[in-house]
Amino acid sequence: MIRVALNRIRAFLGKKTREADLDAEMAAHLDLAIDDNLRRGLSPDEAYRTALVSFGGLEQARERHREARGLPSIDSLLQDLRYAIRTLRRDRGFAVIATLILALGIGANIAVFSVVNTILLRPLPFQGPDRLVWLEGNDGVGGLSDLTYRVDVWEEISRNVRSFQSVAAYVPYYDYSEFKLTGYGEAQSVIGIWVSGNFFPTLGVQPARGRLFSREEIVSGGQPAAILTHAFWQRQFASDPNIIGKRILLNYRPYNVIGILPETFDFGSVFEPGMRSDFFISIPVNTIRNYGHMLAIVGRMKPGVTAQQAQKDARLVLSQSKAQDPNWVSDVKTIAQPLKEHVSGKLQRSLLVLWCGVGMILLIVCVNLANLLLARTASRQREFALRCALGAGSARLMRQMLTESLVLSSAGAVLGLGLAFLTVRYLAHQQSLALPLLSRLTIDSTALGWTVVIAAFTTCAFAVVPALGMLRGNLAQSMNDAGRGMTEGRKNEGLRATLVVSEIALACVLLVGAGLLLRSFLRVTEVDLGFQPSSAAAMRVDYFDGGNRDKRGAVLKEICDRVAALPGVEAVGMSDKLPLDRARSWGLRAKGRVHPPEYNSSAVVSVVTPGYLKAMGIRLLSGRDFTWRDSSTTDKVIIINRAAAEREWPGEDPIGKIAEGIGITDTRVVGVVSDIRESSLESQGSPAVFVPATQAEPDGENIIIRSQLPASALAPSVLRALRERNPDQPAAEFRSLQRLVDRAVSPRRFFMTLVTGFAALGLILASLGIYGVISYSVIRRQREIGVRMALGATTRQVEAGVLSRTLWLALIGILIGIVGSLAVSRGIASLLFATEPTDAIAYSVVIALLGSVALLAGYLPARRAARVDPMIALRAE
Amino acid sequence: MADSKLDLMKGTLDLMVLRTLETMGAMHGYGIARRIEQVSADKVLLNQGTIYAALVRLQNKGWITAEWGESENNRKAKYYAITKTGRKQLAEDTAYWTRLSGVMNRVLAMTDEGESR
Repeated sequence: MIRVALNRIRAFLGKKTREADLDAEMAAHLDLAIDDNLRRGLSPDEAYRTALVSFGGLEQARERHREARGLPSIDSLLQDLRYAIRTLRRDRGFAVIATLILALGIGANIAVFSVVNTILLRPLPFQGPDRLVWLEGNDGVGGLSDLTYRVDVWEEISRNVRSFQSVAAYVPYYDYSEFKLTGYGEAQSVIGIWVSGNFFPTLGVQPARGRLFSREEIVSGGQPAAILTHAFWQRQFASDPNIIGKRILLNYRPYNVIGILPETFDFGSVFEPGMRSDFFISIPVNTIRNYGHMLAIVGRMKPGVTAQQAQKDARLVLSQSKAQDPNWVSDVKTIAQPLKEHVSGKLQRSLLVLWCGVGMILLIVCVNLANLLLARTASRQREFALRCALGAGSARLMRQMLTESLVLSSAGAVLGLGLAFLTVRYLAHQQSLALPLLSRLTIDSTALGWTVVIAAFTTCAFAVVPALGMLRGNLAQSMNDAGRGMTEGRKNEGLRATLVVSEIALACVLLVGAGLLLRSFLRVTEVDLGFQPSSAAAMRVDYFDGGNRDKRGAVLKEICDRVAALPGVEAVGMSDKLPLDRARSWGLRAKGRVHPPEYNSSAVVSVVTPGYLKAMGIRLLSGRDFTWRDSSTTDKVIIINRAAAEREWPGEDPIGKIAEGIGITDTRVVGVVSDIRESSLESQGSPAVFVPATQAEPDGENIIIRSQLPASALAPSVLRALRERNPDQPAAEFRSLQRLVDRAVSPRRFFMTLVTGFAALGLILASLGIYGVISYSVIRRQREIGVRMALGATTRQVEAGVLSRTLWLALIGILIGIVGSLAVSRGIASLLFATEPTDAIAYSVVIALLGSVALLAGYLPARRAARVDPMIALRAE
Repeated sequence: MADSKLDLMKGTLDLMVLRTLETMGAMHGYGIARRIEQVSADKVLLNQGTIYAALVRLQNKGWITAEWGESENNRKAKYYAITKTGRKQLAEDTAYWTRLSGVMNRVLAMTDEGESR
């Protein structure tokens, strides 16, 4: 068998010599035969004739020889290919439009597949990623302070939960990540993450250069060491390999650079989407032991252990510890989920919706092309009939059609791949997009494989319909009819109408989905944030107070006053926390009330200066703002939000009430502000409390400046004012509050934009489809229209006839589409915000839109039909 | 795809060619075709051209070899000869063919008796 195959391939490759060989052999055969015949006494003419007759057809013999010899299927495939390319080149307009449509459809599919593949399908870029689990306290609900762990709990889990091989931790608070790098020109703001010593070994990440933390460096009080990310190493140190072993100054403290992480390791993309990281330092465990809930925890399970077992195990261990320490309330409700699920689980549904949407686009594209091809087949009936008459079997003609669509799909796939490549590269560099793993987005071999699958699918999908349409026709009849254009168009009309209806239905489903997502998005952006993000910006401020609260008041006041004096600045205030950013929380309880043992008293804390509320645009509902007179020596005061007031003092006026849990001593409520969207735009305001910077320890301060000037114009003067006081103030980033909001809605905006884009594409394709079908049927019926007009039909009647047909098609399509949408929209209900899946406005807008687009697409051919001059139409044949 | 009748013809022609080469030694295409026509007393309607497809098929399978040579009247022609594996195959096919035709004969004879026609 192998020998036969080899011989055949050899024959296929050496076609020329084989042909010549055969020709020589056949010539010899004829000569021998003629010799024989002459010997038998035939005349030369007769001898030649007889030899030819008994040989049979020369061409047939050659053809059979080729079939037995080489690879006839490839031979004829090549022939088909050449023919297809020639045909398409003749019909350039069609080929270009078809390729473009396909490129859009296929490109969108590859791009979306790459996103799905990167976020959902590909394993995390760590060793043995399926054994990594993410641990969260408090059943996984609440703010960062509810979900994270205290140092002793982490130690307890690492020591006693037997499901884990190792348990790593990092500090997820943004405030702890900001460092000042000095010694390299102007002081710079850099991002360092505090990680446990076993963080990288647990993930299975090896440094690209140098080493990881040594035992001495992990111990509190040991030699401070830093491991740099690859990007930071490139950016800051120009990839200098000699940086390892040198010391760098971070917050004026020397750190040994001990290693460089591999380029593939992107901390932010996995753990904190959208966050940059420059270096990693070891957690000073004993320093932060009493800071409260500080650590986010990742565990590596022992082989064969499931996340459920690990969770059960952890809960058991922690509930035993709880008996000893009543503080460990939220920790017992630990949940363990596979890290992958933690990273991308929330996006699963959105991505699947996106995938379906883009799949529908592909279907619409196929339907559209099937329609175009069908129209072409109709006008090529004569050609096919002729080829049939010349002996081409219908299987061969089918194959010809398939080859043509293969050529188109391949061209579309190549172009689409280019489009997808550009899109993917653009997306991978969108840092403001808070989607995980996005920096790893590439078109990999899986995506290429998917491209091939899609191209094969489109080839079959849009070739089958016209091929069927062709086969149903009677070829002999076509020969007679094709030129006359009376009966021939009819038989495919039904098929074409079906295609258009399905196209409209698909577009309708897409549009409804996009409409619902768009409305949700608008609803989210209309949400009352509780503060005014426009024309306000924040910057990290570096100051020195020696940890002295009295001194701090004076320092901060001076900074605020200086900045407030700048031209264009309307209001200034400071806070150690910005809304929609990472938050910590403390307990807040009304004094004198008995709380149940498992009472969740947490409230998000911001340590602020007077003027903060005004600078943020937060509404004060009652009471007063802080003043600079609130100092370490005066009454301890707090401002709470409405949610906190309603939780702790329901039905009472909270002003003047005493609270406990904020700091060591009791505090008095002096003001109530409106609720603020603290963690996300979608979740209702949770209890929040504001504490004056002179009465608590801020985790570094941000200065918030309200001004009509753009942030870029403001930044230099603010920086100059800050440096007058503190020359080491780093050139920190000036973040507009609007950007914080935009970042929070970025995933929603991303999905909404894509689905809307797909819907628009679907709408355009569907309208093209309608236009094509109607104008085609108008052309086919030109004679009939001519006759009717000659018999007295008015222009208007002709127009109405065409339009009503269009509307019928659209109506049926929309009806089917609406039914489909009702079914589909339930599936995306969880992605909607304050929008019902049956939202009447979205549906009616879609119906109106599709109806009017269909009308327009039908109107143009209708007008053309009405302009038909009966005489010309009748003579045309 | 191909017709089952054609398949049978193909098989039989290959067998005839092998047998001819075994008994007559190396021969050219024309000689083989003529020989088959003579032996079958011109009862086989053979387009001589079709012999070449059979020859290349047998060659691909390694059952015969081909070489250019001179004919008795000084014409260049391609000579075919049976190989060892070809002989083995021929023995197998002959046995199979004999058995098949025996069975066919018996079956057809039975049908003749059963039918009234």
